[in-house]
Amino acid sequence: MTRIDNIALLPAYVAAGTAVLAFLADMVAPGRRGPIMGMTALGAAGTAVAAWLVGTGATRGSFCAPAGGGVAASPTATCSLVADRSGALIAVLFALLTLGVVGLSAPALRSGRPDRPPLPAGEYCFLLACSMTGGVVLGYSHDLITLLVSVETLTLPLYGLVALRRRSIASAEGAMVFFVVSVVSGAVALLGAALLYAVTGALYFDGIAAALAGSARARDLPLTHVAVVLLLGGLAFKVAAVPFHAWAPATYDGAPTPVAAYLSTASKVGGVIAILYVSVRALGPSLPVAGPVLAAVAVLTMTIANLVALRQDRMVRLLAWSSVAQAGYILAPLGVFALAGGRTAGAVREAVAATIAYTVFYVVLELAAFGSVIAWRGAADGGRIADYRGLARRAPWLGAAFVLALVGLAGLPPGLAGLFAKIVIIRAAGAGGAWWLAIVIAVNAVIGLAYYARVVAVLLGPTPDAAAGAVGPGGDVAGDPVGAGAGRAGDAAPVARGRTAPSVVVALAVVTVLGLVIGFAP
Amino acid sequence: MSWLLVAVLALPALGALAATLIRAERAGQAVGTLAAALAFLASLALGLRRAQGGGPCCAIRPWHQLDYSWVPGLDLRFHLGVDGISYPLLVLTTLLTLLCCLYTLWRVEDLGRGRLLIALLLAVEIGIAGTFLALDLVLFFIFFEVVLLPMYAVIAFWGGPDRRRAALKFVLYTLFGSVLLLVGVVLIVVRAGTGDLVALSAGRGAALSSGTQLAAFTLLGLAFAVKSPLWPLHTWLPDAHTEAPTVGSVVLAGVLLKMGTYGLLRVAVGTLPDAARRLSGVLGVLAVAAILVGALVCLAQTELKRLIAYSSVGHMGFVLLGIATMTATGFTAALVGNVAHGIITGLLFLLAGAVKHRTNTGDLADLGGLRERSPALAGVLGFAALASLGLPGLAGFWGEAFAVVASLGRHQALWTVLAVLAAIGGALTAAYFLRMLRRVTHGPASAAVAGIDAPGVRGAEIVTWSPLVGLALAVGLVPTLVLAVASTPVQALASVVGR
Repeated sequence: MTRIDNIALLPAYVAAGTAVLAFLADMVAPGRRGPIMGMTALGAAGTAVAAWLVGTGATRGSFCAPAGGGVAASPTATCSLVADRSGALIAVLFALLTLGVVGLSAPALRSGRPDRPPLPAGEYCFLLACSMTGGVVLGYSHDLITLLVSVETLTLPLYGLVALRRRSIASAEGAMVFFVVSVVSGAVALLGAALLYAVTGALYFDGIAAALAGSARARDLPLTHVAVVLLLGGLAFKVAAVPFHAWAPATYDGAPTPVAAYLSTASKVGGVIAILYVSVRALGPSLPVAGPVLAAVAVLTMTIANLVALRQDRMVRLLAWSSVAQAGYILAPLGVFALAGGRTAGAVREAVAATIAYTVFYVVLELAAFGSVIAWRGAADGGRIADYRGLARRAPWLGAAFVLALVGLAGLPPGLAGLFAKIVIIRAAGAGGAWWLAIVIAVNAVIGLAYYARVVAVLLGPTPDAAAGAVGPGGDVAGDPVGAGAGRAGDAAPVARGRTAPSVVVALAVVTVLGLVIGFAP
Repeated sequence: MSWLLVAVLALPALGALAATLIRAERAGQAVGTLAAALAFLASLALGLRRAQGGGPCCAIRPWHQLDYSWVPGLDLRFHLGVDGISYPLLVLTTLLTLLCCLYTLWRVEDLGRGRLLIALLLAVEIGIAGTFLALDLVLFFIFFEVVLLPMYAVIAFWGGPDRRRAALKFVLYTLFGSVLLLVGVVLIVVRAGTGDLVALSAGRGAALSSGTQLAAFTLLGLAFAVKSPLWPLHTWLPDAHTEAPTVGSVVLAGVLLKMGTYGLLRVAVGTLPDAARRLSGVLGVLAVAAILVGALVCLAQTELKRLIAYSSVGHMGFVLLGIATMTATGFTAALVGNVAHGIITGLLFLLAGAVKHRTNTGDLADLGGLRERSPALAGVLGFAALASLGLPGLAGFWGEAFAVVASLGRHQALWTVLAVLAAIGGALTAAYFLRMLRRVTHGPASAAVAGIDAPGVRGAEIVTWSPLVGLALAVGLVPTLVLAVASTPVQALASVVGR
């Protein structure tokens, strides 16, 4: 008989309830963004609290198969859903990210100019809360089916969210690319899971690990290798790692900016968690196969993405490529599994801790970067990098937040959070003995700085008006199409300025302060 | 007294913050400069009441130190300390920053946004002073990185016409160096299990295998070679100097380059003595190559600031030669050379700025006859050039002469050859500085020089130049000023290497 523990499921209930609540709010007050957003935010906060409360208690399992042989097995072995501490942490993270994104969504949901209709608030919040539910369940998942279903639940609402910008070809195109790549990679991951089931006869992580550890034959079977590669490759889509990265720039650029922020943070965290769970919990004995795959994906991802990012001139596309590169850094510590020295229990623990630490640092900084974009551009899309010229002069606080986020992503002081993140992953790679990986990461950090520095220079540079007057001795501005940039910034920026939604300000301020705090006290 | 260590870092930080936040331009500048002055006083005061703590065990015996745990997960401790090796460089840092702030106060009308420039200079000061004070490897790395972006901003926003490219080149080169430093630091920390410099140098590298030491020394050596800069990794320096504003050049040449040589001495040699001994020959050859290449390139330079920048490559070559000999004499020479180069090159860049400001050109072909139009300026320029070429009795002499002496003292064929070549390089240094003086100060006054409106030396210029002129004389006549404080730690360090 399947045992269902409703307390373990509480966070998932609250998350799903949030979606329903957003939906009901839209029925009661159709199109009114205030109540709808408030309800969603409340639900997200409630989810975080519920997850935290459940997490402080004992480990609980739900959807458990009866323990075989009369022995009362530990709840983790045969339950599909286990509410333990790491699960609670992930659920809280997802809920808080959703809360942040809801805060950042205010400008996009406000009725704007006639040529730029607002996003429908009810649908928007409903889809966002659905996606959050997937993320919350993902943290608790303990078998392959629950994992893949929750990853799909996380992703599915996002197709709709990306396409939500009406009358925008870019939006539809982004959604289409996202959808196709996502379906393909989902199928690939499922195929991997199916093959793994065929080899081991188990779906629970612990069962798979036990089956692989128990039989050298099963471990060395080519089918197992194929299954591992397919499963990890399919999940690599979620973090936009290199074989499946091409969707990210088009989708981010086409999507409403808050959705892009959600994609690059929550969705990416989902992928990282899924890869972590699968590779460490289920494929522990198969790390000699999984390790090289992860190392190759990490190296390719950061190198290719950093090189391509050098040539971007649209802000969101640049952030998209940089987030692809960051995915490479996130996966890099897991690359130490490729070496025998990286597979000792201590090194695995350090690599996992480094991955999680880097993910947290990254998410905070990325959210701050997107928050700055939204605060500056309002409901408009990310625009060109040249449109941000002189931002730091016109809006010093916003400029400071943006610069801090970018510098942090580049991993330099005063963005101390990013610096520590860099130290953490290089240390993890080194502790596992993968010094070549540490050097690749280091070289990539240099390439990365090249484009972050370019954006920072634009932000801090003279304002378009000042630049137009001062073309002469300061001849470097003459090379850029300042006229075009000035014209556009001139009409778009004042619209956004002065009316920055308070929720955006609050969200951005909280995220930035958080970035500073974890910088000093990691 | 150890609270002064925090004060040296906290005062510039508060000053930078205040200078950024205060809306009134002049008030912001004044507060920033005040902070720089207080930081200078705090760093001076660190020389008082020296405690020879640490017992007889350690190669590093800080006069004052403080030690708190910061991030246990990364073995990162907030461990600061000052001793005879870092003290002269620390005081030089705070002094030059103060002078640069004063200079900015005066030059505000044509630089604009002097408030922010002062804030950035103070931010650079935090990084440099922190690097000199850090006694923890990871902390050392963090301060090493702090310098990067503020300096980038100083070059990129207050520099010459080609500033963006030069600034990007600077930041990418030095970031390349510092990420290698990070990998090297992590390698040492992971293998030795501690990042504490005192413990590491007390252990004399015993915790690290020979292969690890070689790998780590190569990584750290490359990192510091970029920063110093050591030939052939020096190409960012001339561009950065040519485009940087005067104060940027002063800080860059005066103290920023010292982070490389200091790091080599304290971190690379101090914690990896075995590898340092084995690679000293390579280091020596590269150092002499830097001396000769720097001198030869200088002979062909046509731009004043670029010439001084390349002369830095040569001077830092002498410093590195001193370190490469791995003897107490060599280390002392390197230390004195570091301080002397900071004083003299800082002065030279201030003077070059004054010349360029008056004539609007730095091209040697357009200059000439400065002696007739502005005798005071030409006189100080001549003094600085003589000091830089190593005239006995001035600061530049001791470092270069004793680097050669230390090299001869090794009594090996390679080192004798290196010493001879370095001496030839020293002679070439004299040649190009005299050529520069002939071009700039002698001969008939060129159109640019004749057009100088204000030939006299202004009060603000006297204020900023005179401490440096005085120090160049003082260190030249009484080198014990630096030697006295440095001798004990240098002997200790040499005993670690020469085990």
